[in-house]
Amino acid sequence: MFESLTASLSSALGALRGRGKLTAANMREGLDGVRTALLEADVAYDVVNQFLDRVVADAVGAKVLDALDPAQQIVGIVHSELINLMGPVDHSLHLEAGKTTILMLCGLQGSGKTTSCAKLARKIKEQGRSVLLVAADLQRPAAIEQLVVLGQKLGVPVHTPDTVATGFAGDPVAVCNAGVARARKENISVVILDTAGRLSIDSALMQELTRIDRAVGPDQVYLVVDAMTGQDAVQSAKAFNDALELNGVIMTKLDGDARGGAALSVKSVTGVPIKFIGTGEQIEALEDFHPERMAGRILGMGDVLTLVEEAQRKFDQDEMQEQEARLRAGEFTLEDFKKMLLQTRRLGPLGKVLGMIPGMGGMQEMLAGADLEKDMQRLFGVIDSMTPEERRNPSRVIDQSRRRRIATGAGVEAQEVSELVKQFDGMSSMMKGMAGLGMRDRMKEMQRLQGEMTNPSGRLARSKGDTGKRLTAEERRKQKKQRDKELRRKNRGLQG
Amino acid sequence: MALFFGRKNTPPAESVAEEPALDTPEKNAPKGLLDRLRAGLAKTAQVLNTDVRDLFKREGRLVDELFLEELRATLVRTDMGPAAAEAIVVDVRERLRARVVDPDVVIDSIRRQLLARLEQASAAVTMAASGPTVILVTGVNGSGKTTSIAKLAHRFTQQGKRVVLGAGDTFRAAAVEQLGMWAQRLGAEIVRGESGSDPASVAHRAVARAIEVGADICIIDTAGRLQTQANLMQELAKIRRVIAKQIPEAPHEVLLVIDATAGQNALSQAKGFREAAGCTGIVLAKLDGSARGGVIVPVTEQFGLPVKFVGLGEGADDLEPFDPERFVAALLAGAFATTPAPS
Repeated sequence: MFESLTASLSSALGALRGRGKLTAANMREGLDGVRTALLEADVAYDVVNQFLDRVVADAVGAKVLDALDPAQQIVGIVHSELINLMGPVDHSLHLEAGKTTILMLCGLQGSGKTTSCAKLARKIKEQGRSVLLVAADLQRPAAIEQLVVLGQKLGVPVHTPDTVATGFAGDPVAVCNAGVARARKENISVVILDTAGRLSIDSALMQELTRIDRAVGPDQVYLVVDAMTGQDAVQSAKAFNDALELNGVIMTKLDGDARGGAALSVKSVTGVPIKFIGTGEQIEALEDFHPERMAGRILGMGDVLTLVEEAQRKFDQDEMQEQEARLRAGEFTLEDFKKMLLQTRRLGPLGKVLGMIPGMGGMQEMLAGADLEKDMQRLFGVIDSMTPEERRNPSRVIDQSRRRRIATGAGVEAQEVSELVKQFDGMSSMMKGMAGLGMRDRMKEMQRLQGEMTNPSGRLARSKGDTGKRLTAEERRKQKKQRDKELRRKNRGLQG
Repeated sequence: MALFFGRKNTPPAESVAEEPALDTPEKNAPKGLLDRLRAGLAKTAQVLNTDVRDLFKREGRLVDELFLEELRATLVRTDMGPAAAEAIVVDVRERLRARVVDPDVVIDSIRRQLLARLEQASAAVTMAASGPTVILVTGVNGSGKTTSIAKLAHRFTQQGKRVVLGAGDTFRAAAVEQLGMWAQRLGAEIVRGESGSDPASVAHRAVARAIEVGADICIIDTAGRLQTQANLMQELAKIRRVIAKQIPEAPHEVLLVIDATAGQNALSQAKGFREAAGCTGIVLAKLDGSARGGVIVPVTEQFGLPVKFVGLGEGADDLEPFDPERFVAALLAGAFATTPAPS
């Protein structure tokens, strides 16, 4: 998408390069691509128009730089304008010591309120504070039970209405009041109110929420918005903000492929910061909101930063260093390969990981049908059926009879074993090339690789090793010596 | 927020919506078949109707770029997406540009455009020739699956059919309880699984139970999942296989529940669920809010998936079979009644 966005801008503005200035007239045409991109990302129509007017106002008169493609220049302006609009961020829950802080969550049906309540509770609990969840959604069948189950999972108490046995009766205001009173009595530092969801124009719900708001006086009111919301996001956000004076927004279901234009719509209508984003059904999948990543996502630019951050957090640092050292020494075995795959899997579903890499969007699509998990399991099966020696040096050691043995052990065709060995060979030289590169360079390398991976033959090509850093004469001599030694050893091995 | 300074002076939608003139179509509305659908779509109709009508304050308007831009805005706000909206705008431009038009002509052309896009195969539920009809219900998280199942169950029960429900959402906390409460209210039988158990086994037992008791309908709930989660999508395929082992033609219907508030991501949903779960139709849920559900225009057009039902409220009987003619008519209903006849 980003590529196509830049391409459409380039064709419209190509003639401008190096001469002239950006004017409202010559930008209008070019910005049509941006407009479509924003509308496809579900940014509200009026918000798109206002936004583009701002971009034009900011960019008009800017001299088209010699060095820059005017299209890039405009995408740059669009991108930073998006970031400006969705920022500044405020990830604080504004909890005060020595006082019970009341958080109230509201939103439409199915936006993910109850799950978000639980995720918030976990986050607060992790900070070493006590939390009480209050089940004030007396509308949806079993909403109370859902919160109770989540509370048990988290080890967080849940205040439920006495009427739980009778099902639907009961006053949510009374429940909230009782919950807050209980929290104060028990010195609990944060109360989270899970309120009922309905449809935004439902005045009964709005009145119910306003009554809770007035009776309890929450310190923070958060609106939960589904990232998949379309043009209606403006209306519902406005209705909630008018009724409740929101303090923040939690955007959910961003683990899918929704572009999340609603983030821009909601921010521009309510003016309140987007605080957190929900990125999965697991209870820990609540992340801080970053406007620069969201801007990229809305424009279809991928989410490299998130990936890098997740990688840094989840990869086992020691293991990484150890591997790094081995790679540098030119060692890369199937055992390492397996470890690496396992680490990658820890980042989340492979499809998700791939989707976050710019330009890999197509990859994700291509792989959508394939069951990556299952393929990986088969791969592990094959590796596990090898002897340590075979894992260290598959292409040299594995002959026909060994291949048959491994295939039988793993329950696959012999063909798959050869396939793996071939892929491993390609992988191995690539890994050796990547060792020692920084994260950024690795990403670049990955992108280069993508071209190879998406070629019709679909195989990892054996890539040329990186020329690496410039060596001193001394180092070169040492390397040569080492190589010769290896070679002699190999030859001896072959003879013997 | 003062961040924006709108260059154009488009009137805010809600101020227009308060015009008293808008109440007249409701008063004049014929009682009966269109009422419910129209009530549910009132907001959509208002947006489209008001804005379109607004374009014709006097005795007809010149079709110029400003006019087309206003039309485009109106259409995009229904969530039909920039491409579908643009197609309609282009059509109007080609046929009517530089003419002073009678509003009915434009409305008529939009209606025809929408109908052409919603044209589809029969929207009736496919029923088994003999034995229970198995309906698998799928969708993303929070789209309204469980409520839609309750409404479906109610609908079939009202028709004198015997319904068995399969509580296949074993993932989300208390989802089984939620369906259980509905089953109790509706007097339908329900087959449950343990929380965290294999949904395919629940589906298996539900179908087995339906066969055993001679039920007419077996509706199976599934956990909400995003179409990008390949392994969870595979799980749906597995559920299908397990069902087909007992009744080869089953599931007779695989319904995808789409939230009417959803934007363009519904396209990705339709694509994903159709490929992985073999979706045969759509339930458009939550159409009673201010959301417009216009995204089904590109969805039906691109994927040929018929919309079978629309959900219009929270009550058990708030489910209507989808009829494109009625949908579009309700969408544009007010436009005919309130547009003053050109003198």
